[in-house]
Parts: sequence; C-alpha cells; structure tokens
Amino acid sequence: METYTSDEPDTWISQFCTQFGHDYFVEVAPEFIEDDFNLTGLGSIVPYYRQALDLILDMEPETTVDSNDLPLVEHAAELLYGLIHARYILTKQGLHAMAEKYEDTCFGSCPRYYCDNMNFIPIGRFDSPGVETVRLYCPNCNDIYLPNSSRYLNIDGAFFGTSFAGLFMKMFPEINRQVQARTKEQFRLKIFGFKIHETAPCGPRVQWLRATPRNQNQLLELKNCEFSIPEIKDNEDDEGEINGNGNDEDDDEIIKDTERESDGEDDDGDEDEELDDGIVVEDGNGDNVSEMMSIV
Amino acid sequence: MASQNYVSDSESEYSEYWIDWFLGNKGNEYFCDVDVEYITDRFNLTGLNQYVDRVGTLVDIISDRQQVNEDQPEEVKRTLEDNAKFLYALIHARFIITIRGLNKMLEKYRNGDFGFCPRVYCKLTPLLPIGLSDTPRVESVKLYCPNCEDIYNPKSTRHAAIDGAFFGTSFPAMFLQTFPELVPVHSTDIFTPKIFGFQIHDYAKITRWRSLQKEKLIKDLQSKNIEFDENTPGGLAKPVPEYEGLSKSSSKRNRASKSRN
Ligand SMILES: [Zn+2]
Ligand SMILES: [Zn+2]
Repeated sequence: METYTSDEPDTWISQFCTQFGHDYFVEVAPEFIEDDFNLTGLGSIVPYYRQALDLILDMEPETTVDSNDLPLVEHAAELLYGLIHARYILTKQGLHAMAEKYEDTCFGSCPRYYCDNMNFIPIGRFDSPGVETVRLYCPNCNDIYLPNSSRYLNIDGAFFGTSFAGLFMKMFPEINRQVQARTKEQFRLKIFGFKIHETAPCGPRVQWLRATPRNQNQLLELKNCEFSIPEIKDNEDDEGEINGNGNDEDDDEIIKDTERESDGEDDDGDEDEELDDGIVVEDGNGDNVSEMMSIV
Repeated sequence: MASQNYVSDSESEYSEYWIDWFLGNKGNEYFCDVDVEYITDRFNLTGLNQYVDRVGTLVDIISDRQQVNEDQPEEVKRTLEDNAKFLYALIHARFIITIRGLNKMLEKYRNGDFGFCPRVYCKLTPLLPIGLSDTPRVESVKLYCPNCEDIYNPKSTRHAAIDGAFFGTSFPAMFLQTFPELVPVHSTDIFTPKIFGFQIHDYAKITRWRSLQKEKLIKDLQSKNIEFDENTPGGLAKPVPEYEGLSKSSSKRNRASKSRN
C-alpha cells in the first residue's frame, strides 16, 4: 500500500485544501483517515463511499470506476473529506492545526467595531451536511457572522461542525485572555449627542444583546443565572441598567473584567453533566451527541 | 446654472460635472448627490472655513462655475482638488440630515449601497453609514445596523479609509426617526456555543443573564404601553427555536417578511 506524508505536494488532500475558497480546511493526517474507527457511520451518509475513500487516500480503486461516475465520485470524495475533517479538527492534532490557521487570521476577524478585529473561528450550526453553509464565530461578542467573501458561500457548515468552536476555546485559554483584554463598551444611537427616547421605534430595544455585567448588582444577577433565568422582582432597583433609559454615568462603577468568573469554576450543580476533560456542559437539545466521538 | 464642464484630471480628455465625477470615483459609493443649490448657499457652509482654506474657490470648482486653472503647478492643482473633495464631503455630512438629503440616502439604502449586516441573525438588514465623531480626521466611517443596534467596520478597505465625519454621528438616528417604518423588527436570538450538543456552562449563564435583561426591557415597555410586537417597526421578533429544521423556519420567515412588506 502506498503511503503519503501530508506535506507531499500532490496528494488529493493537499490539492483539495489549496483550491480556491478552501482555505478554512486543514489537511487531515492520512493515519486518521486510515483508521476505520474514525469513519464510523460515514459509509451510510456518503455515496460511492469506498471509491471516494480511495480517491482521498490516492489509492488505486479496487474496482475500476465507470468514467460516467467519475464526477459523482469526486463529489462524494469532497463530502466525505469534509465530514472526516469535522471529526479530525476535534482531535488534539486537528485542534493544533486549526490553531495555526486561527493565529494567522485565516478565518478572518470580527467586523464588529468594539470587537477590535478579534479572530473568527469557523462553525457549522448543524452537524448534518447540506443544511447550511459555514458561519464564523467571534469569541468576543459570542455571536455568529456570514463570511465576508462569496468564495465561502458553498462551504458546508457540517465540515466544521457545531462543537469545534467551543472545544477550541477550551483547548486554548489564550482566547479567553484576548476577550478579557477587550473593551466591554457598547454602542448607543444618538442625535446631536442625545439618546433616542424609548418610545421611538428606533429607541433602544436590543441593548441586552451585547451587555455584560458592569456593577455589583449585575454581577449578583449573573450569579443568580447559574442554572435558570430568575424571576424579575417587581421593585427591582435598576442601577446601571442595560436597556438604556437611565444615565450613563455609572461607568465609574465598572468592575474590572478580570473579575468575571473564570472557566471551569466548580458549580456542583446536580443537573449538569461533565465532559471528561472538566468541561461543564448542560442539557441542550443534544440531537447529535450519540453520533459524535470524544477523541480528544 | 453654470454648465461648464470639469476636466477630471489632466490625462483624461472627457469632461463631466464635478459632483458626478466625484461620485463615480471608486470607493465613493456611500456618498449621495448633494444639491448644488445647497452647496452654493453660504449659510450651509458656516464654520467650514476652519477646516479648509479658500472655501469660495472650492465651491466654484464643486459647482462647475470655475475649473482648476491648468497653468498652475501640479502640486497646487492636486491640493485644490483634494480640498474640493474634502469640502464636498463635509457639506455632505450636513446635507444628509436635511429632508432632501435624507430622501437621497433613502434611495441608496434601498439600493443596498451601504452593504448588509454580517450578523447571521440580522438576516441581511441593510446598514447605514455613521461617524463616531463630527470632527474630521478623528475616526473612519462605521456602519450602523438598525436590527442589532451595533456598529461594524466596512468590508472593503477603500470604504474603511473614509472619514466618519463625512456622514456624522446623527445621520442614522435622523434617518430612522424620519422613516420609522424602516426600523426592522429585531431578532431576539442569542447564539450560545455548544460542545456535542451541550451548552457550555459559562456561555449559557451569560446568555441567561442577557435573556433576563431582555425580559426586564419587555416588562418595562409593557408598563409604559409601548408597542413592541413582531408587526411593529422596532418590535421584537419571536425567537427562532434552535435546531428547528431550516425548511420549517424558512417558511415562517417568508411569512414574516411578506407581512412586513
Ligand atoms: Zn465580535
Ligand atoms: Zn445587525
């Protein structure tokens, strides 16, 4: 059997990754693909599975492919590679390969002004292929964006998957430090320096979206959000309120962002489940859990 | 009205109105066509002489009453041209908050000339240019999204280099006050990253806190009898449930956008 190292120039994989618009992809190590365990379940999703796999690994097909089928096999190989890629980037090796791209700003950076060019992480909102194209996650504003070039408009989000961004941030705490170092300032629309009245249609309606706890009251409120959204008390003292009808002058009360609780803090919550490396997770609509493997 | 033509630069022979030439320059897509009557009314230029010399000559150049004298040294001509562009842009900031200017910008907004919000949940809401300062040479132009109430850097480096003072701090608010029906119904979705289908605790916690702030806003609006339903401009849309199949949610979205039109 022929083997290739990943830096050999003319493998199918390196060709795929250097194609126009494929710059978000890393080269999956052939050893990863050769291990059948890592491909569990893909045979039932990808047509021409065997032939596609042979193509990806630059192996002579066991049975000759009908020339009419060649474009179909090529297409299947791209789908198969994308799905393997989504699994590979969750491994230690894959995470590190992606980290190199992250540091080089290969995925672009957040266009939000206050995010100050925070680097993006690619993300899929769905793990099934063919649902939605790739989106970009910003760890600073905790939001997702469309790629700014049409060249990424046909890259399937499932080739990066729903879990990668979260795992990536857990793996590289430096990202959290970059977030902490950034401003928590928010934009407020004004006319000649005056804020818009709350009754106007363009008055503040989504200031909560970018808000961060800024004073003792709000930090306490955040603590109360540990497991669920607390009831709103009627006589709530809206000190330094978010929704923007009070004055701005509470800024001197800003708590240093470093006081924000750090990752992996112990919350001894019974409802929480914990992943093996200490990541605290919660019950979501975990449709895809059974299908994914914990390979880190 | 003077109908002399402005020769755009020494090499090119074809001539056109100065303003058309300016607007046709690559990178000037955000600017609208300022009425010549507005530019030639000295009252509208009050105070601009603190930023640029020879305002009178520059106005004549912009309004095609006078051409840049070809006999002058290249450097002098270049300075005059640059100053004319600068003055036009400063007048532009004042013009676009007049009724005429707002209507011209409305046309450009409808054209998508300022681009669309890159945020996924804003579903391509058109953006509006904004300055963070009304003083020139402080900060480059940003784009305001009326859906997420946030500001973004322009996509192209050419646009990112434009002075924000050429649009000013008040323009988007004036625009949306003048055309309130254009204020979109706000998306209320908050993204929370997941690992293997499970939300990450710290992120889920801050999402819950933000949802709490949203609930407080809703309560406040209700107590003041301010309308904010999903059929009211500036209202709050119903959150789209996560993992709802795209086919399901897109049919809902189509219905919503139809009812808005
Ligand atoms: Zn961001
Ligand atoms: Zn937006």
